[in-house]
Amino acid sequence: MKRYSWFNVTSLAAGFAFLYLPILILIIYSFNENRLVTIWAGFSTKWYVELFQNELFLDAAWVTLQVAVISSTVATVLGVMAAYVLIRAGRFWGQTLFSGLIYAPLVMPEIITGLSLLLLFIGIGLDRGITTIVLAHTTFSMCFVSVVVSSRLVLFDRSLEEAALDLGCTHWQAFQLVTLPNILPAIISGWLLAFTLSLDDLVIASFSAGPGATTLPIRIWSSVRLGVSPEINALSTILIGFVTFGIILASLISKWKSLSNSTDL
Amino acid sequence: MPADDIDPWDDPTAKPLIRFDRVTKRFGEFTAINNLSLNIFETEFFALLGPSGCGKTTLMRMLAGFESPTEGHIFLSGQDLAPIPPNKRMVNMMFQSYALFPHLTIYDNIAFGLRRQKTPKAELAERVDEMLNLTRLEKFAHRKPDQISGGQRQRVALARSLAKKPKLLLLDEPLGALDKKLRQETQFELMDIQEKTGTTFVIVTHDQEEAMTVASRVAVMDEGQLVQVSTPDVIYEMPNSVYVADFIGDVNLIEGKAKKVEDGIDLNWAENQPTLHCKTNKSVSNGQICHLAIRPEKITIQSDTPETKNKVQGTILDIAYLGNISTYHVQLSSGHVIKAQTSNTRRIARRSFTWEDTVWLSWTETAGIVLDK
Amino acid sequence: MRRYFLIITPYFWLISLFVIPFLIVIRISLSDPEISIPPYTPILSLEEGWSGLLQFLRQLDLDNYIFLTQDALYWKAYLSSLRIAAFSTIIALFVGFPIAYGMAKVQRKWQTTLLILIILPFWTSFLIRVYSWIGILSTEGYLNQVLLGLGIINQPLTLLNTPFAVYVGITYTYLPFMVLPIYASLEKLDYSLLEAAEDLGCSQISAFWLITVPLCRAGILAGCFLVFIPTLGEIIIPSLLGGSNTLMIGKVLWEEFFNNRDWPVASAVAVILLIILIIPIVLFQRNEQKQQDLGTR
Repeated sequence: MKRYSWFNVTSLAAGFAFLYLPILILIIYSFNENRLVTIWAGFSTKWYVELFQNELFLDAAWVTLQVAVISSTVATVLGVMAAYVLIRAGRFWGQTLFSGLIYAPLVMPEIITGLSLLLLFIGIGLDRGITTIVLAHTTFSMCFVSVVVSSRLVLFDRSLEEAALDLGCTHWQAFQLVTLPNILPAIISGWLLAFTLSLDDLVIASFSAGPGATTLPIRIWSSVRLGVSPEINALSTILIGFVTFGIILASLISKWKSLSNSTDL
Repeated sequence: MPADDIDPWDDPTAKPLIRFDRVTKRFGEFTAINNLSLNIFETEFFALLGPSGCGKTTLMRMLAGFESPTEGHIFLSGQDLAPIPPNKRMVNMMFQSYALFPHLTIYDNIAFGLRRQKTPKAELAERVDEMLNLTRLEKFAHRKPDQISGGQRQRVALARSLAKKPKLLLLDEPLGALDKKLRQETQFELMDIQEKTGTTFVIVTHDQEEAMTVASRVAVMDEGQLVQVSTPDVIYEMPNSVYVADFIGDVNLIEGKAKKVEDGIDLNWAENQPTLHCKTNKSVSNGQICHLAIRPEKITIQSDTPETKNKVQGTILDIAYLGNISTYHVQLSSGHVIKAQTSNTRRIARRSFTWEDTVWLSWTETAGIVLDK
Repeated sequence: MRRYFLIITPYFWLISLFVIPFLIVIRISLSDPEISIPPYTPILSLEEGWSGLLQFLRQLDLDNYIFLTQDALYWKAYLSSLRIAAFSTIIALFVGFPIAYGMAKVQRKWQTTLLILIILPFWTSFLIRVYSWIGILSTEGYLNQVLLGLGIINQPLTLLNTPFAVYVGITYTYLPFMVLPIYASLEKLDYSLLEAAEDLGCSQISAFWLITVPLCRAGILAGCFLVFIPTLGEIIIPSLLGGSNTLMIGKVLWEEFFNNRDWPVASAVAVILLIILIIPIVLFQRNEQKQQDLGTR
């Protein structure tokens, strides 16, 4: 079979170059001595040093981290509940509306979600700050979590749960002892997704953030609008480094787990 | 075919439709077809039979044009096939998975090939109707493939590949996806259609019964080579090797030392057992290790001592009752287990033999065949 | 009892933080323009009961919507967004399809790796990925440096702050959305169908158009919707790469809200945007539903 043709190889090479070159250039030039970002003037890590002395960025990073951890955790709990309801609860009043509500935030433009939440917060007189960002992020990321978890839950054989009930478990025990361990990978990836979405979000955070709580994307945004800066390059490199590290770690863990599973058998 | 005609494969002047000339096919290190030569004649129903991985599918895909030989040539009506791409060959293929286009109706599936060669509208409609008629699919013309049954899909695939009136039709395990009963019915249908259209069929199968039923000639393949090419009865009654004898049907293989005697071969096969005699004009060297192959239905089972020369005594180990026939597994004092078959011509209230019975097994001097490879 | 708790908790959360906020947007879009200072008139006073409600409803009007039709800026922005989204979708399809096709054709052991490489950018910040193009496309940027260095051009091109930069940015960031559904549908494609088509007289190119494309239609459509829908409301890309020349409704809305502080008009802009989006969203939903039905059959 003609597996490789020049067309396939070229389109793959060009496609992946297009996807990865910009990031690669960004990383390389974050080690540029020159303040003029586009002109190379020798290797230096001075922008990293400056970045770590910049209080504004450090504060924003701290706020972002808090928001991301809290919102993704709450979103995971709510998302798992919602997924369970979607797949397992059977029929109930307003079911169509419920599944609509789960999917709607996925396609809703961020700007409308952000705008409407801001108007709500003002309407009920809630001061904008970390709390409001957490509420906003939880709302949209719980939907992502529930989609990820429900797609796993659909595949999960219901008779396993019934077997647990048959063997004397209560519903809660059956969930805890049988269902949960099986959908745990989906829950973890749901949490990671929610965490990244929160870390990444600019638009909704801009609407729901107050003067006291600026997240990292908002800080980057206000600085980036003025053009390229070496500090932002350095910051981007660190963020990309974290993500890459996280993904490598995750794939190593899953590989190690599947290895140890296969040796168990 | 009139009986007084000699078959084309026995006629040295006959021109083959397909000629494989010393064809070898390698995939990297792996040799799928090893220096194979074969002639297939017009209007033949030719079966390629062998276990999976024996190279039969590769052979067929080379005919269709999806693989090309590493060495050697394939000729269709005397023309070398190598430079002709699959879409220009007068060869059509019925795929194992049927490969029906799911987005097209049955009608459009059958018309697909005709449309590619820009057949005029009226002629196309006529031809498709003819095909629908032939395969009894008129009622389903406007359904999609996922709205019909497995047997109907099989017929659509057949109709589609026949629509272009190919010189040669290739069938890749055409009945593999059907259940047993439907498969047997369809075998006869296939033969019927082959006769009606007069197209040369080459079928690939791993099911020996299917090959025996449908084919005019069967080629038994193993590890990229032809082991035996012959008519079904010759393959069954006169296999040329242990491999063929074992692959086709049920057989007892008795290993022993051969000794040439006047009208055949004596086989010395176990201590304290009489030598077995087989009438044959085959020549073997004395003391050569040979196998006597004998089909279970050719062995007689009885309680009193038989008159014939070839006889052994043993006890019944197992009885397999299959309705029409019963197979007895008889263990001899030497430890050998021999299978014997009787057909149940009467409705019996009581079996003549039962477990642990001591019985005699016997067969005539021409019932078995001596194989030296 | 536990079942109701399970249902009610996420339900309540979504109603109060998704549905009610959106109702507020609709309500404000119907009230009188006022700069940034709620409460907006009319005010619903519950003490007056039914007559109060009627009074409230009577005072709501479509003034903000009428204003949108009168100011050319808005409908031009809507049209321009639709155009940019449509063009970027087509570009992304032309860039994404060969990648998906190549991925589906590659040996199985490489497919997982390539899949991870396609998904990986999702996990890195959207903002950073868009930002990375500023350095490439600016007048002193890397692309101009390379082109000047190779002698292809004598003068640096103006690439940043043009529609071109917006198309590049959108294609770059949304490419995985295009590639993944197409790859998924190509990967499911039975290779023997293509062989059957060839066997019946198709050339490889006509087999591609007669078999591959129709059978991947759902995947192609899904990819197009997944690019088109979010692009329509995009803010970050036109703001960073498009400059003042690129008009997109998301950007207008953002500016209306943060710079002009005219919330009723901004709300009206948002409601109209959503109404425009309903069509592709419904079509997308139906496409997915159809695919699911086919899968279960």
